[in-house]
Amino acid sequence: MDFCIGIRGNDFVLLCEDMNAAQSIMLHKQDHEKMLDLNDHLLMTRTGNLGDGVQCAEFLQKNIQLYQIRNGYEMRSSAAAHYIRKYLADTLRSREPLEVNLLLGAYDVISNTPQLYYMDYLGSMATAPFCAHGYGAMFATSILDMYYHPGISVDEAIGILNKCIKELKKRLIINFSKFNVKVVDKDGIHKLPTISVEDGIHTH
Amino acid sequence: MSRRYDSRTTMFSPEGRLYQVEYAMEAIGNAGTCLGILAKDGILLACEKRITNKLLDEIFETEKLYRLSPNMVCSVAGITSDANTLVNELRLIAQRYQLNYQESMPCEQLVASMCDVKQAYTQFGGKRPFGVSLLYAGWDHHFGLQLYQSDPSGNYSGWKATCIGANNAQAISSLDSDYKSDMSLQEAIPLAIKVMYKIMDQNKLTAEKLEIATVTRTDEGTTEMTIIPRETVAELITKREQEIAQETQK
Repeated sequence: MDFCIGIRGNDFVLLCEDMNAAQSIMLHKQDHEKMLDLNDHLLMTRTGNLGDGVQCAEFLQKNIQLYQIRNGYEMRSSAAAHYIRKYLADTLRSREPLEVNLLLGAYDVISNTPQLYYMDYLGSMATAPFCAHGYGAMFATSILDMYYHPGISVDEAIGILNKCIKELKKRLIINFSKFNVKVVDKDGIHKLPTISVEDGIHTH
Repeated sequence: MSRRYDSRTTMFSPEGRLYQVEYAMEAIGNAGTCLGILAKDGILLACEKRITNKLLDEIFETEKLYRLSPNMVCSVAGITSDANTLVNELRLIAQRYQLNYQESMPCEQLVASMCDVKQAYTQFGGKRPFGVSLLYAGWDHHFGLQLYQSDPSGNYSGWKATCIGANNAQAISSLDSDYKSDMSLQEAIPLAIKVMYKIMDQNKLTAEKLEIATVTRTDEGTTEMTIIPRETVAELITKREQEIAQETQK
């Protein structure tokens, strides 16, 4: 029932997620942030089971921090992505599999490139210039196919994001009221204004 | 002496010493020397071969140099069978990291992991420590070219130039005076010969007894170990002998 989207530019990765926290028909919260900073240059968002999502994200965040404390340097983004993927793959065939789909936005400070990783609950992983999870992904991907171009700027990316959100409001049965937007670049992770859908799309 | 505290590897003596660990280092003090020099464009490892019987079949290219992973190489001094076990374990540790992170294991992390294993044998389990010291040479994208040394106690440190095995103290004091921080490999190789010549019995230093390799980073982004051919080593030894002859004449 949730939705997240990632867009990669030349020197940044933008991640956006819905802010609903729902269980079955009950909407607990409409300003719930799921996105988590795994380290200074790694941003992760997710869809799926709320509890599994928190367990997964916090466990990964702490382990990535431990690596940094032990070794004196950050876990490299590609290493972190593979580590996370392997974690999902390992839990798949052991205890209860984690029902979480992930989007990982990263900036590799060593090669100076932004990276966007798409992972699903079965432990598959792919890099992509743009991707999305959830029912909303079906709409968002078509819009991105149309309007995305390499070398996109942050403002252009937000423009496309607004188009996606407008489409979701019009055609998706699920009602999302707010969207959390963050961007990761060489200077770290920055929070952008929350996008609100009431009375037309505007930002706070 | 406190012989009562010898046989238990995991007990301190009243003076606060771990005798088994010290005895392990004693064993290494009788083994073939290994020298390592960190130059700005590569790392040099020079080893004294002890097994030089003509009847030996040359199955392995090197006696004391081993490749641990795509980016690390090591040389060993001490009990050969212990060394084989440690090298096996090091290779496993490196590959496990690669399985998890899909990148080569950074040098210090590999050395530290191995040393944690070695330390365990000095604290619990009742088994004797490994009678091996190792020199590790490698490259990673954090700190570039690095040279590490570890010993049976599980202690390790990073070095610009160091030596393990027989006469290592003499070699280190020799390196102390002659090593320069911005040395190139071309300058390090004759320095290694000079030091090896000094510490080994001068009558007996021949190219058959030396194994010299350089660890360098290629343009394609790989870490290569190049073994210096025997003829080149022989030439360098001859050159050194001539230098010494000239010096004694003056």
